[in-house]
Amino acid sequence: MARFEPADAAQAREAVAWAAAEGEPLAVVSGGTKRALGRPMQVPHELALGRLAGIVDYEPSELVLTARAATPLSDIRRVLAQRGQELAFEPCAVAPLGAAGEPTLGGVVGCNLSGPRRLRAGAARDHVLGVAAVTGRGEAVKAGGKVVKNVTGYDLPKLFTGSYGTLAVLTEITVKVMPAAEKLRTILVFGLPAGRAVALLGEAVGSPLDVTGAAYLPPAIAARSGVAHVAGARASVAALRVEGPPSSTLVRAAALRERVGAAGPVEELHGTNSRRLWDEVGSAALLAEPAGRLVWRLGLPPAAAAGVVEGLLAGIEGSALYDWAGARVWLALANREAAVQAARVRAAVAAAGGTALLVRAPEALRETLDVFDPEPPSLAGLTRRVKQAFDPKGVLNPGRMHAGL
Amino acid sequence: MRMPAADERLLARRDALVAALRAIVPGEGVVAEEEALRVYETDGLTAYRQIPLAVVLPETVEQVSAVLRLCRAEGVKVVPRGAGTGLSGGALPLTDGIVLGLGKFNRILEVDLANRCAVVQPGVTNLAISEAVSPQGFYYAPDPSSQIACTIGGNVAENSGGVHCLKYGVTANNVLAVQVVLMDGEVVRLGGKHGDTAGYDLLGVLNGSEGLLGVVTEVTVRILARPPLAVALLLGFPTSEAGADCVARVIGAGIIPAGMEMMDKPAIDAAEAFCHPGYPTDAGAILIVELDGVAEEVDELASRVAAIAREAGATTVRQSRDEAERLVFWKGRKSAFPAVGRIAPDYICMDGTIPRARIAEVLAAIGRMARDYGLGVANVFHAGDGNLHPLILFDANVPGQTEKAEAFGADILRLCVAVGGVLTGEHGVGVEKRDLMGTMFDETDLAQQQRLKCAFDPDGLLNPGKVFPVLHRCAELGRMHVHKGALRFPDLPRF
Repeated sequence: MARFEPADAAQAREAVAWAAAEGEPLAVVSGGTKRALGRPMQVPHELALGRLAGIVDYEPSELVLTARAATPLSDIRRVLAQRGQELAFEPCAVAPLGAAGEPTLGGVVGCNLSGPRRLRAGAARDHVLGVAAVTGRGEAVKAGGKVVKNVTGYDLPKLFTGSYGTLAVLTEITVKVMPAAEKLRTILVFGLPAGRAVALLGEAVGSPLDVTGAAYLPPAIAARSGVAHVAGARASVAALRVEGPPSSTLVRAAALRERVGAAGPVEELHGTNSRRLWDEVGSAALLAEPAGRLVWRLGLPPAAAAGVVEGLLAGIEGSALYDWAGARVWLALANREAAVQAARVRAAVAAAGGTALLVRAPEALRETLDVFDPEPPSLAGLTRRVKQAFDPKGVLNPGRMHAGL
Repeated sequence: MRMPAADERLLARRDALVAALRAIVPGEGVVAEEEALRVYETDGLTAYRQIPLAVVLPETVEQVSAVLRLCRAEGVKVVPRGAGTGLSGGALPLTDGIVLGLGKFNRILEVDLANRCAVVQPGVTNLAISEAVSPQGFYYAPDPSSQIACTIGGNVAENSGGVHCLKYGVTANNVLAVQVVLMDGEVVRLGGKHGDTAGYDLLGVLNGSEGLLGVVTEVTVRILARPPLAVALLLGFPTSEAGADCVARVIGAGIIPAGMEMMDKPAIDAAEAFCHPGYPTDAGAILIVELDGVAEEVDELASRVAAIAREAGATTVRQSRDEAERLVFWKGRKSAFPAVGRIAPDYICMDGTIPRARIAEVLAAIGRMARDYGLGVANVFHAGDGNLHPLILFDANVPGQTEKAEAFGADILRLCVAVGGVLTGEHGVGVEKRDLMGTMFDETDLAQQQRLKCAFDPDGLLNPGKVFPVLHRCAELGRMHVHKGALRFPDLPRF
């Protein structure tokens, strides 16, 4: 039972080298806010990266920032904001996990967490330019670069992003940063049923108005919002965000109102309320309660989303929150007959060509049920070989994504 | 260029292999006659040529799968090929390998407006995707300059960029899903119309893998609404330094233009002589800055950029008054390669990316190198993302000049890495930059990348001799050299 707290990348490498030599698995932890995301691990030792923190390099005119893995996201946000920049993929907390503490860059990258702007700006994986990492072989490697455009060698930064620490321990990460929008408006449309709302969001996203957020909150979910206009609607809320230079934003907001006005009553949110709403959406905070529910995160072809979700909600207590114009759905379902329910969710999502992640469930369930999509044999074989290529002894977060891997 | 040693036994069995391939792909789908094979002997990097063992042009996924299974069983190397427009030699054939051409996979399978995507076969050209969705007001954003000819399959293999990728991303950022056939014939699907990642991001890795991991047989791309208005600014500066300074100021001001291209004096002169776009011939460098979006945004940003340009010392500031003039501004930039082709018998195009702050310094150093080598150089490049494209001018008929040009190019790429950049921004490593990989990555880095290849292709049959300077056998790479006693117990703070 050991807990390693490396002070630098070299010490992190030594710890993993020891683990590989001894065949002793490590749980890799940065900020620790997402410990409950993924399958539970029976791992005796912990590699705690907390001391690997701090921004190494930030050059605003290069649109590039390099930081150690455990740098708190809040530090990065603050430093970027001072220069009018941000992480365009809009990393959000995962509120249903209910964890206290500070999310870190390494955690966000390790779990490929992206917020509402993903539909316009790309996901975390699209913004990770380069990494320094320690593979499960106990070797320090670098991949990618520190410039915004690079195709030299395989894109290991993308592979590591969303690999939940099962391939390599990230020690330093270079991300692309972007100018933050000067102005922000959110147009709300009230009272639409899910199918019509998602179609409306899709049309808006497919318009030239450069929509950077498209969410749908059914009535019960909208009622929990901290934004008065949303909570007070006593109806469903479809929300569309536009951002950018001031005059353009106002013009596009007006055009958007015009466009969606025929669908239902319309309201407009300004900066502060907008930011609050999109954080509630991105973090799925509106679905965090009741705490006993199982929470799924679905990826669906947007046009199929409402149908799939309505089917899944039939006959069971639960609620849904749609983001990315329907391509992402957070689904909270009462914890009853969980295995049957999970099979239903997986079957419906797979039939629609989607993906499902079981974000919140009691440990015992995450042990027995698949948390990630089960893979067809050809893909599962490839996944296993990729894992072995980086971590042949299986010492990094074993079992976190798939049982026995 | 040293390529993997040819397998003499395979060469001796060529006729039997061709017959076995013909049993899978009938008729003209297997090319084996020398004259017909010559069509495939090179790609966009024409300095390197090699006649392959045979060329196979399958039409179905089943055929691709069966061909790869056969090749794996027989130990035959496979070089996948799209349109053959790549500039780094990624599709250079091998004497004892087949070329697997995907040109017959040329159908657009689905335009799915409700999900804002298109599903296409890999042999569809980049431009054809935009044309297919254009009537509905959409387009496919990445636009490599060869877009009229290059295929989406090749774009995925190279992770191609283009003029507009600073704002809209490169291929990897715009591909939602692929179907790929592995070397063992297995067919896997990666990604989906949702844009989320399930499991490892193998889709992300496949983009830019230069045909070394699998053969893509279907691609789902994100399509975007075409912006209502695009305006180009033509900015002339006395020096490249002033132009580079303007680039940094624009981005520093929080503006991400749709495109921001730079041309130096030799490139301006070549373009003017070639197609008369009306560039200021007294300028040491020009920038073409494109802004797109709703009219209010374009107007606002255009006036901001013009003001910044004047502060940076611009001597010419012109804004396109209409679409025709915008296209004229671009005409010179887009025909820069043929224009340069008119002033020198041969040229090679380099492709390093550097931090933008180093642009002026690197351009000056390239100018000094050109004098030392006694060769001309013209620079046209994606200034917005620091992606240089020095065109080295030479005459292949003059003994020694080809080697000199290649040495000059290698020096430029080493300089790119030395100032914190990379060997290639969008053209790929291929054979061209293969032997320079060691300037960016150490042996541990490269061995780990090759282990990833082993997970996809354990026998090393897919496009060997590209990207990696030294080929290792997968069994050798898989070994772990750890000895329990010899490893120092980590001296780390613990509880």
